[in-house]
Amino acid sequence: MSLLLKNISLPLADFSLEAGFEARKRITVLFGPSGAGKTSLLDLIAGLRQARSAFIQLDEHVLTDTARNFTVPAHQRGIGYVPQDLALFPHLSVRQNLLYGSKSAAEDSHSFTFDRVVEILEIQSLITRGVTGLSGGEKQRVALARALLASPRLLLLDEPLASLDAPLKAKIIPYLIRIRDEFHVPMLCVTHDRMEALTLADEIIVLDGGKVLQAGAVLDVFNQPANADVARLVGVETLQPGRITNVNDGLATVKIGGATLTALASGIHEGDVFVCIRGEDVSLQHDVVHATSSVRNRLLARVISLRNEGALVRVELDAGFQLHALITRPACAELALQQGETITALIKAPSVHLVPR
Amino acid sequence: MTAEEWQIVWFTTWVSALSTLMILPFGLALAWLLARRDWPGKSIVETFVSLPLVMPPVATGLILLQLFGRHGALGKFLHDTLDLDVIFTWRAVLLALGVMSFPLLVRSARVAFEEVNPRLEQIARTLGAGHWRVFCTITVPLAARGIVAGMVLAFARALGEFGATIMIAGNIPGKTSTLSLTIFQDVQLGQDAHAFRLLGISVVLAFAAVWCSELLLCRKTKTL
Repeated sequence: MSLLLKNISLPLADFSLEAGFEARKRITVLFGPSGAGKTSLLDLIAGLRQARSAFIQLDEHVLTDTARNFTVPAHQRGIGYVPQDLALFPHLSVRQNLLYGSKSAAEDSHSFTFDRVVEILEIQSLITRGVTGLSGGEKQRVALARALLASPRLLLLDEPLASLDAPLKAKIIPYLIRIRDEFHVPMLCVTHDRMEALTLADEIIVLDGGKVLQAGAVLDVFNQPANADVARLVGVETLQPGRITNVNDGLATVKIGGATLTALASGIHEGDVFVCIRGEDVSLQHDVVHATSSVRNRLLARVISLRNEGALVRVELDAGFQLHALITRPACAELALQQGETITALIKAPSVHLVPR
Repeated sequence: MTAEEWQIVWFTTWVSALSTLMILPFGLALAWLLARRDWPGKSIVETFVSLPLVMPPVATGLILLQLFGRHGALGKFLHDTLDLDVIFTWRAVLLALGVMSFPLLVRSARVAFEEVNPRLEQIARTLGAGHWRVFCTITVPLAARGIVAGMVLAFARALGEFGATIMIAGNIPGKTSTLSLTIFQDVQLGQDAHAFRLLGISVVLAFAAVWCSELLLCRKTKTL
């Protein structure tokens, strides 16, 4: 699959959407905060909105080319769309919803038969029911099945898990994976949730203010945000301004608050930077400041606060700058961490990511 | 009831129903355009359509008389090309009822269309449905309550129409006499008993129309 967007210009209330990108993977995640223009972008791709200027191409088919005044109407694009509110037709039964866009077997170029889709998404028991009485997870699966039965060449999913609680999310994710693997439908999925992006994405496009801030493999973007805005958006727990004071053998010495850190220089050799450190990359230990270790950064830090986050504990530290660590609850209990006590924070140099400021 | 009374009741009901059906496609099309599209002159058309609601019915009747009279622009055209006369025929009754009840249908249907979530129509389009299929299978069924309500209002308005009708159709017994016109004539002639009988029939007809629509709407709601 190749989805190409370029020369996009769509004026919105607060900014102009100007997001160009090329998506080639099975699941591409559009990641960004609310109001970043993600849904408008999906509408544009689906042909539900007209841009001031746009060139949109799916594989070899041009869908929109405003320069030539050409646009394929939404009903002829072959693009499935599951919106955030699912938009199930309330006056139709589940079966009628499913069959609304269903193509006949002769037209169907994929293996999207009714029975197969219903089986994969496990909605056999629902098809005689009305849609208003379905639970959130059931509605989600019916909406996915309805979009699939129209045999789309691309599936657009707008916050597919946003309205579901954690256990339901965990249930729906395998269905999305199954759709990807069984039907080989490429998906463009909008989310503002980091865990969803990590779970689903082969590649990620970070969007804010209508512009693409960074695109690439999901781990690359999350671990090496291109700038402070991306770092903030992808939820890097520690993001502090610093200054490179020295670079030697590919290692940068960075002054940050009252502390000094060692980081990989990775192309930045001088000047002001933002220092990004993920909470899960910070280890905590007692009394190891002078012990020999491969870890380059060992900082004495004072515990400011402890906050439970599910199975993890977020530890806020003062290490000469504000540092966040994410550790497991058993680890926290073992360390007997107390507010106000001093502990050693360990951070490997490759986990200290520098972005230009 | 006498044969003459039956004829009046039958004619009034028939011509009211026909006028409602006649304005239905135009009313729905205009209501949809007003609800879903922005176009130049929209507010002017909107105001123009509502005029019969606020203008004296006889004034509307006078305008129609000027337009459809033998020397009026439309009346002359119809007479010359189709040899069709409108004024003082049953067609004039149909025309008067249609014009007077049109705004009620449009206003009701417009609100109903506006209440349909446009996202449902958009998603139907991504499922391969063209505009016409979306309109017939999503928009109209979901707006059915408002459309039916608008039709009942239009029908009830047509049943009771007086001012515009008497201006362009007169009150010709057996030809253009409706319930309202006959009741007025009976009262003028002091035939109160006859007038009250027709009044009772009017009430029964109006009640039946509203009650049937309520039943239809209840059934529709249960299927949702």
